[in-house]
Amino acid sequence: MYLAKITVTLRKSILDPQGKAVHHALESLRLDDVQEVRIGKFIELNINASRQEDAARITEEACKKLLANPVMEDYSFSLEKVA
Amino acid sequence: MPVGSKFGVVVFPGSNCDHDAYHVLSDVMKQDTRFLWHKNTSLENVDAVIVPGGFSYGDYLRCGAIARFSPIMKEVISFANDGGVVVGICNGFQILCEAGLLPGSLLRNEGLTFVCKFVNLRVENSETLFSSECRQGGVLRIPIAHGEGNFLADDATLLNLEQKRQILFRYCEPDGSITREANPNGSRDNIAGIVNEDGNVMGMMPHPERASEEILGNTDGLHIFRSLIEGLKRREHVHDTLERS
Repeated sequence: MYLAKITVTLRKSILDPQGKAVHHALESLRLDDVQEVRIGKFIELNINASRQEDAARITEEACKKLLANPVMEDYSFSLEKVA
Repeated sequence: MPVGSKFGVVVFPGSNCDHDAYHVLSDVMKQDTRFLWHKNTSLENVDAVIVPGGFSYGDYLRCGAIARFSPIMKEVISFANDGGVVVGICNGFQILCEAGLLPGSLLRNEGLTFVCKFVNLRVENSETLFSSECRQGGVLRIPIAHGEGNFLADDATLLNLEQKRQILFRYCEPDGSITREANPNGSRDNIAGIVNEDGNVMGMMPHPERASEEILGNTDGLHIFRSLIEGLKRREHVHDTLERS
């Protein structure tokens, strides 16, 4: 079994109004060193695969076909072997 | 007895404008109209499919992302690819983008809030199946009600949409001028509705089905339904002529 931890974020070129609103709130907390806020989604998949490359292939397919929309989002993931 | 074309209105769990669309087509326009449940694997020989507004599958993951993989959508996609007429309104527009039937995508509104109000739409192309009864450059007053209607496409896609005259409606001022203030959600180039390259698939965020009866105070939406009905008649006529020849 593998645990895939997936992060989906709006593409860099796209304005993230939610992130911007949170950034303003952080500024009002005087956390002025925060330069930018981007908000995304975190998704975990438990995958029944014995080899890491299979788990990676399955995760890749899930991201491409459903979990992220390439028009507006980027994704990245890490895999962890679990019992 | 209803005459003319046969319409199908798709119903997903969470659709909430399906009955409005059905009502306008069936009761106001007197068309043969039926609901198509999302688990159906047949479009029941309809001539046009309406993918209505609402919150299909609770808008989980992204608006339209789950609906796009429902059994009926498989049929809608092959129907559209064969030239079948498909209209997506609001959530339906989002679903058609997710399904790849229309370019671009609809993001969270720039102002982050759900916007429910009347907007003015300038008719950018009155030579489509969905706008032939509108005046080129004319202004329609139709309501919007969405939280994710911020149309996004990259520069190349946008240029292509413009060059191929696929932009159908733009948010505008009452006099038709396109301003930033008239843009309710941050959509690129004030885009409110588009058609695909072949001209048989249309998506729009505003709700023409909510502006199609005198009793509701506004009938501008009827221009779009009339265009569609007349357009389908013309298509059938061409089809019959070709079959006979």
